[in-house]
Amino acid sequence: MSFNILVLISLSYVAFLFLVAFAAEKQAESGRGAWLRSPLIYTLSLSVYCTAWTFYGAVGYAARSGLEFVTIYLGPTLIMLAWWTILRKLVRIGRSQRITSIADLISSRYGKSNALGILTTLLAVIGTTPYIALQLQSVTLSFTVFSGGESSDLQSTALVVAAGLAIFTVIFGTRNLDANERHHGVVTAIAVEAVVKLCALVAVGVFVVWYVAAGPRNMAELIDESAIAHWNMDGSRWMTLTFLSAAAFLCLPRMFQVLVVENADERHLPVAAWAFPLYLFLMSLFVVPIAVVGLAFLPDGSNPDLFVLTVPQALGRDGLAMLAFLGGFSSATSMVIVAAIAVSTMVSNNIVLPIWLRAQGEGATVSGDVRQVVLLSRRLSIALILGLGYIYYRISGGGAALAAIGLIAFAGMAQVLPAMLGGIFWRGATRVGASAGLVLGFGIWLWSLFLPSLGDGGLLPPHVLTDGPFGMGWLRPQALFGIEGLDPVVHAVFWSMSFNVLGFVIGSLVSFPQPMERLQGAQFVNVWEYSQNPGGWGQSHVEAEDLLIMAQRIIGPNDAQALFQAEAASQGKAGYLPEPTTDFVQRLEKELAGSVGAATAHAMMAPLLGGSSVSVEDLMAVADEAQQILEYSNQLEAKSAELGRTARQLRSANEKLTALSIQKDAFLSQISHELRTPMTSIRAFSEILMDGESLTAEDRVRYSQVIHDEAIRLTRLLDDLLDLSVLEHGQVALNLEDLSLSKVLDRAVGATDRLEPARPIEIKRDRQTEDVQLRTDADRLAQVFINLIANAKKYCDADRPELQIRVRQIKGGVTIDLVDNGSGIPSESQELIFEKFARVSDTSKAGGAGLGLAICREIVTKLGGTVDYLPGQAGAAFRIVLPNTAQTQEEDLTVSAL
Amino acid sequence: MRKARSPLFLERESYRRRRLTDAARVLPIVAMVLFFIPVLWATPEDNASSTSRGGFYVFAIWAGLIVAVALLSRAISQPEKAVPPATKDPDQPDGDEGS
Repeated sequence: MSFNILVLISLSYVAFLFLVAFAAEKQAESGRGAWLRSPLIYTLSLSVYCTAWTFYGAVGYAARSGLEFVTIYLGPTLIMLAWWTILRKLVRIGRSQRITSIADLISSRYGKSNALGILTTLLAVIGTTPYIALQLQSVTLSFTVFSGGESSDLQSTALVVAAGLAIFTVIFGTRNLDANERHHGVVTAIAVEAVVKLCALVAVGVFVVWYVAAGPRNMAELIDESAIAHWNMDGSRWMTLTFLSAAAFLCLPRMFQVLVVENADERHLPVAAWAFPLYLFLMSLFVVPIAVVGLAFLPDGSNPDLFVLTVPQALGRDGLAMLAFLGGFSSATSMVIVAAIAVSTMVSNNIVLPIWLRAQGEGATVSGDVRQVVLLSRRLSIALILGLGYIYYRISGGGAALAAIGLIAFAGMAQVLPAMLGGIFWRGATRVGASAGLVLGFGIWLWSLFLPSLGDGGLLPPHVLTDGPFGMGWLRPQALFGIEGLDPVVHAVFWSMSFNVLGFVIGSLVSFPQPMERLQGAQFVNVWEYSQNPGGWGQSHVEAEDLLIMAQRIIGPNDAQALFQAEAASQGKAGYLPEPTTDFVQRLEKELAGSVGAATAHAMMAPLLGGSSVSVEDLMAVADEAQQILEYSNQLEAKSAELGRTARQLRSANEKLTALSIQKDAFLSQISHELRTPMTSIRAFSEILMDGESLTAEDRVRYSQVIHDEAIRLTRLLDDLLDLSVLEHGQVALNLEDLSLSKVLDRAVGATDRLEPARPIEIKRDRQTEDVQLRTDADRLAQVFINLIANAKKYCDADRPELQIRVRQIKGGVTIDLVDNGSGIPSESQELIFEKFARVSDTSKAGGAGLGLAICREIVTKLGGTVDYLPGQAGAAFRIVLPNTAQTQEEDLTVSAL
Repeated sequence: MRKARSPLFLERESYRRRRLTDAARVLPIVAMVLFFIPVLWATPEDNASSTSRGGFYVFAIWAGLIVAVALLSRAISQPEKAVPPATKDPDQPDGDEGS
């Protein structure tokens, strides 16, 4: 098969993956992708565990040391079997604490500590870089198998692969910010790749067993005759590697990403508990047969790491070899993509954002768009990580040293295990303990495994390996404390894990945790009892509008507004500004943590809330002694929450009533005034007309004109009142028709142009978005727009008044925002403006009776929508939400009309 | 809201469920022991330990465990049949824990 065909096939395969990811994103967006969240997809996505290192390397491993390769799969199997104890708890904690990465988990558990987050992130970057290099190496090596040894293009192949992966990851991995939104496109593409690599390996296996060896019985004989017939069991390696792969399965950034962060539903775990071990079982079933056949049929000296490819190729099965190539390609790419997403999330949340926030100083919570910073830093981190992988590949020269790096990376990441498991099962674990354990374990790993692995040309001079640093023999990297003869991996894992656990336990025992640590500890360990969290922020005064402004910057205006509106509704309030209760503030912090990580979200909330972040009550909830009291007070709490809700509603109703009563008094005096002024002039002028024979015709006309005008003014006032009363009592017939929103807006803008040409206002519209078909009452809708635009004209106090009309389609309807650039409406008046006779400023300016917005609200309600004041914008802003069709409302009316 | 104290004796159904979750906790330990048994009999000097027989052992155990965990997690994730609230298993993820 020619090299060009190979390139062509790989490119079309990549294009196919792009399509799959794109289609999945589309499906998820339109809400039709229920299958995207099925246990099957979850199970398949876990297969990022099987990288190119396991796909190609397992056969090479088996060819060298027999059955030992299977330990790499036994560890994850054990963890999946322990789903009830470990995974279920991890997933629940991940969900309830909005964990975005393993660094976030550690940082969040130990008091939202930034330092621990950075430490874990560094560990992840150091552990992931060589691993990515390994994937690049395997892909380029597999290319050489087909290119017939033209190795001149190796470096450029690796570069192209790295760049392509970076593009894919940036496109599908940083589409949205909220880690809880999950990357449907990526996960689906990974699932497809999982199927491809399983099929490829099983196909080669079936070919080898049934076609080459003619059946399992012959295969067994072939194994017994081969070089690996005898099982050289090294007990310490067998157990260490099983432990190591189990630890890595939990701790590797990419595994944590698919296991916990991308998990859409806890109920997927019971299925994955048997389905994923089955997947691993099938992946390893044919490894030994392929290795044996490779050893028997291929010339001595051929690379056993490529047997999966070279065996079918040597036996003339090009198609099968091609499939195997795609399997290996899939293994490599899926690992790199998920690892890059996971590590870039860590880097941006735990390193870049804290630094950026600090650089911004106090003003960071007030200005600028955080989302852009986060997305940009994530994209750059992805490029950086892949770049580092590529550089590592270039420097290491892609030799055998690289092949050993898989286990070394496993051992590095496994250092997180004690802090992680200790964190979720032991309340006494503290930050000091976790830091001590991590630093010790990490240090010993660096010294005894990582540095020696770089080879003679690496950072360690050879004499250190043989004699120890400064001649201290007991510090020899591969024979610590004078214990020689151990396998280097076993040696390093044993010492690093021992000191890690020791440091962790002793550090935790002797230190005293800070309040935030105790709080988080209790929430993590007792996640089943405390899924509703106690405490976090103390009682403090914060303006809901400030919170909304900050939330908009992090999770985007639409999501933030929806969140605030839902909260306000659950508190029994209308509009977008809920009461900033402690409860709500905590929930908000968690939402934000889902985007930027726990530590950063906490840091951003701190300046707004000020003061201590943990209250006495929170600590009481943590203390065991308070447990008893808590149980009893739970009932009281439920009742008092209910009472509080009612009281809030009553209070807000009362405030409204009082204000209304005052306004009503004012209105009565004003309406009498409004009615009396025209009446007085009408009376006066009609009296003049009555006894005015001496009047000239000209005067008579003028006086009648005055009477006429005043009568019209009266009529208009009475019309408004009548209109409102008709609308309120539901006796209005809507004239429903299909129309385009943009036409209605045109009409409204045209009408207001004529209304008051004296005060121009610049109206900014986006005609493309306005092209929405509605079934509604055009006249009534236009009336609403005219009213709002006229209001903007009247009240907008900017030097150059501007009104922006933004239209956005939502599910089942459309929202129309009218935002001007004036000073807006003060928050104490926002509740009242929709009431009858309400006016914000003094009466002289308004010229109406304060009925406009009340009429607007009645009309929009009749059309089946809502109109609200939208706080937190540049100026005064109103949002109208309309359904696509006002059908239901019409039916109601016909019924009431009957 | 009733006081969330675990009762002394459980209904038959809940009792079964608890024992199932106990089994789910023990299973990985059993699995580990089974996977580590080859360390005892497959010594380098012993010529009786061959790759084909060892492989057969490992894969047979593996398959058995997959079947066991499939049955077990199926039974556990079956919804409980109308159990009165007092007999809730504190380990069960319940509706009131949703955030």
